[in-house]
Amino acid sequence: MGGVHPSENKLSRAKAIEALPLPEVVQIPLAQHIGAPATAVVAKGDKVLTGQLIAEATGFMSANIHAPISGTVQSVDLQPNGQGVRQMMITIKREGDEWVETIDRSTELVKECTLAPQEIIAKIKAAGIVGMGGATFPTQVKLSVPPGKKAECLIINGVECEPYLTSDHRTMLEHGEELLVGVTILMKAIGVRKAYIGIENNKPDAIAHLRSLAAAYAGVEVVPLKVRYPQGGEKQLIAAVTGRQVPPPPALPIDVGAVVCNASTTYAVYRAVQKNMPLIERVVTITGKGLKEPKNLLTRMGTPITTLLEAAGGLPEDAGKVINGGPMMGRAMVNLASPVTKGCSGVTVMSGRDAERKTAGQCMKCAKCVEACPMGLEPYYLSKMTQKKNWDEIEAQMITSCIECGCCQSTCPAYLPLLDWIRLGKQTTMGIIRARMAAAAPKK
Amino acid sequence: MANKLIVSPSPHVQSTQSTATIMRDVVIALLPALVVSTVVFGTGVLAVTALSVAACVLFEYLIQRFLVKGSCTICNWSAVVTGVLLAFNLPASIPWWIVLIGAFVAIAVAKMTFGGLGKNPFNPALVGRVFLLIAYPVQMTSFPAPVSGALDALSGATPLAAVKHGVEAGIVPMQDLLLGNMPGSLGEVASLALVLGFVYLLWRKVITWHVPVTVLATMALFAFVVALSRGGDAALLWQFPLFHILAGGALLGSIFMATDYATSPMTVRGAVIYAVGIGAITMCIRLWGAYPEGMSFAILIMNSVTPLLNKYVKPTRFGVK
Amino acid sequence: MEVLLYTILTLCVLGVLAAIVLYFVAQKFRVEEDPRIDCVEKMLPGANCGGCGFAGCRGMAEALVKRDDISALFCPVGGGDTMKAVAAYLGKAAAEKEPQVATVRCGGTCDKRPRTNRYDGASSCAVSASLYAGDTGCSFGCLGHGDCVKVCAFDAIRINPATGLPEVDADKCTACGACVKACPKKIIELRKKWPKNRAVYVSCVSHDKGAVVMKACKAGCIGCGKCEKVCPFGAITVEGNLAYIDPQKCKLCRKCVNECPTGAIRLVGMEPLPKAPKAAAPAAAPKAAAPKAAATEGPKLVPLKASALDPLRLLNPLKTVLPAKAAAAEDRPLVPLKEAAVHPLRQLKH
Repeated sequence: MGGVHPSENKLSRAKAIEALPLPEVVQIPLAQHIGAPATAVVAKGDKVLTGQLIAEATGFMSANIHAPISGTVQSVDLQPNGQGVRQMMITIKREGDEWVETIDRSTELVKECTLAPQEIIAKIKAAGIVGMGGATFPTQVKLSVPPGKKAECLIINGVECEPYLTSDHRTMLEHGEELLVGVTILMKAIGVRKAYIGIENNKPDAIAHLRSLAAAYAGVEVVPLKVRYPQGGEKQLIAAVTGRQVPPPPALPIDVGAVVCNASTTYAVYRAVQKNMPLIERVVTITGKGLKEPKNLLTRMGTPITTLLEAAGGLPEDAGKVINGGPMMGRAMVNLASPVTKGCSGVTVMSGRDAERKTAGQCMKCAKCVEACPMGLEPYYLSKMTQKKNWDEIEAQMITSCIECGCCQSTCPAYLPLLDWIRLGKQTTMGIIRARMAAAAPKK
Repeated sequence: MANKLIVSPSPHVQSTQSTATIMRDVVIALLPALVVSTVVFGTGVLAVTALSVAACVLFEYLIQRFLVKGSCTICNWSAVVTGVLLAFNLPASIPWWIVLIGAFVAIAVAKMTFGGLGKNPFNPALVGRVFLLIAYPVQMTSFPAPVSGALDALSGATPLAAVKHGVEAGIVPMQDLLLGNMPGSLGEVASLALVLGFVYLLWRKVITWHVPVTVLATMALFAFVVALSRGGDAALLWQFPLFHILAGGALLGSIFMATDYATSPMTVRGAVIYAVGIGAITMCIRLWGAYPEGMSFAILIMNSVTPLLNKYVKPTRFGVK
Repeated sequence: MEVLLYTILTLCVLGVLAAIVLYFVAQKFRVEEDPRIDCVEKMLPGANCGGCGFAGCRGMAEALVKRDDISALFCPVGGGDTMKAVAAYLGKAAAEKEPQVATVRCGGTCDKRPRTNRYDGASSCAVSASLYAGDTGCSFGCLGHGDCVKVCAFDAIRINPATGLPEVDADKCTACGACVKACPKKIIELRKKWPKNRAVYVSCVSHDKGAVVMKACKAGCIGCGKCEKVCPFGAITVEGNLAYIDPQKCKLCRKCVNECPTGAIRLVGMEPLPKAPKAAAPAAAPKAAAPKAAATEGPKLVPLKASALDPLRLLNPLKTVLPAKAAAAEDRPLVPLKEAAVHPLRQLKH
């Protein structure tokens, strides 16, 4: 149902993952995940080793953060992030390359995992792993199945439906074996016997590769999927693989017995559990039509985006927009000195006219947005009602179901900023709902 | 870097289609029918169409410029579409001043009064046509015979009118119905050419199949049931439905008028209900009404139901049973 | 003739019948309401702006009639007079509130706060604010898309194209608070309305550290605290790198205005205090070198840039003639066009 098919532009699909040289200075935001920002456990002047814990999870919905390089903490203060908003960040200046001893840096495959489910989850929590597809949901929270609910299957998200991005694709190709071990670890952690790896049909090499490897792992099945954005949306993926639709919020995937984990995250889980490697680096696709050399870079967290741009041949002359993520859901950046974070799967540079929005016209009720909406909403109406501040109506029309995939806006022939408004309406409505719940709570 | 970075919320991809390309595609889809019509009725067809288009564009320009004082909207081709569709609903022999009046009603009254493109509750071209039909019934129903003059029996009367007056359906040979060799409004006669346009619109993803196919299917089913109830020979059971689909404005209306964006429902389910309504009302008017043809009335009536359908017929929400 | 007669008669009978039916239906479904509600509603301004907290004047009227204690209710548009009239009519005690006016607390004009990027999304402050810090280096300042203008029911607030900032027409403003709610950056505040629209306020809401503010904007408050020290009434507090003048305590003595190094403290409708020559001379020297800081030192009502260029006026602001004339005398009234054009006029009017 719904969806669009924007030009794929996977420019870097054939580029092997390349390790970026260690950065001299890194900035580590304390809020790199959904939930409470982590609490810094280092102070200015402290010496840290690579992989050392520098900020601790604050509460249940939070994640640990580790030093991606060894060196001295220069400051713990407010620094502008990619959107120019000041956030608490730990700045570390590099000195050498010294690692925490417990981390196994060898590339040798370790298949055997004898840990109990709780121990696996504890290790994942310690390693600070969060969803690396962009949502940055703390993985240990996802794996802790709430009482009364039961996980029936694990779904690995290797769809990567976002145009341009290829970091998951390359990870699946180059670390397939480790990824599959990661799958078995995750299956064990949530106690399921069945795992599906969903991959879009535009990555036949990844499908073939993982299929041949998966034969050796019981219960793991590779599912080729139709090329249709937003196939990689959690709910869309579950529906495509299991045929079950997750009910509207506040329902979660676990309500239909599914736990979804991104492919790169699964690889990170393998490294955390089998190698004690915390989440301090990730593959970032640096891409764009104007770039000299689009690449897939293995990057330490906290590396400035400018360093990545230089590695790809520098920002082109006619660059207009630099996006953290892909063009459908990524966020445009104003501060290119901002760091790579756990959820940064790519940096897309839009050049020339691609970077500018075309002048918006008048809605002619063509209904293309309704047709494109994968959640069965009416974007034209939600957008209009948001502009009229009719919050009751948009709530009744289920605006909270919106996954902000951008299909509506990218299909609008009048170039209307539909999602700009819907996102605002959704935020406002969520605020109203939260306030209502808070008002109702103390009465009980 | 010299230039400032551009910032906007996601998505950062926009459609390759625009209002203008969509409207241009509709015009392109109408061209085959225009060519066939010119062959059938002569060059008067081109004159009427050109006049209608020019008048529609001019009226829209003037209103936008001097009354609304908004940005120029004629570049989006929507006035051209209205102009061509209006012309397609007129007889080729229509006096020029009636075309002007029709264009004025279509653009000034039916479209711009409501705020222009996307805000008009009724299809502008059809409002123009129905206004003319009621105001100038004589001129609007004297159709020239095809240039070839092969059909003496029907000259001056459309096949539907002939049937209304008691002539058996099926009297017009099938090839004439398909090729447009019959009297009628200048755009409605070329059945095959209109279907060609339909295929083009589907290919260009301008419209979906739902409305046209449902309208025609409803009409065929309706005609089939009526034929069945009337008894008669078995051949009539397929001839009668086919005749109703091919004769009159059924194809033109269902493909190009009923699918008008602003006046048709936003959801697939709503569109199907709307299309069934159009088909049924058309057949009722054709069989039992005062007019031989009811397509334009049916579409206008269902246009008025569209807001209700938009309000009550919602798409299937994800995850809601 | 006969036909005509019958037609008219039939119509008349039908009309009478319909009227009778309607009358009985209306009686049957009548909602008993206190007739005073209608009267009170008529006494209210009828702007339906929502400034009182109710959806419209009707809701306010109902509350006024039904509640025994109406001291919590106030119509900002009608003000004290309306409330007094309503209270007298209802025989209740009305709330008394001093008149207020919406005040835009951002001085980051186009030339004081350079644009660092270009916003290309939906033209709405709310959308822009939820996306990112804004198109300047300051993440607190006005975004300039005019959400406040869109909600104003009284046409009292406009974006000045020259400054990119909203400006409040104090005579039209009813202090309904719609713009205060609409501003996602919480820049607009309802402040005490002084006679002749005089005002002294900190025209900045940035909590950034001084150095960050200086880099982003030449008219921002850097939280230096000089104003706090000089204020004889304890009206100024500096919290989180930002000074705030309490409108209840401020007596418009204007001492803080001369003290502010960046000109973040705005003075409206009044001449600034003369500067003691001793203090002014050394102060003027470095500022000539750095005209950005000097920009707002001069009298508020003349074009900013012009006053910065004119050392005479800077040294002796009292010599300034009526601002309208001053503006006319300048070769180019550069920045606050509206200020130069409107405020002096109003000053003359009063």
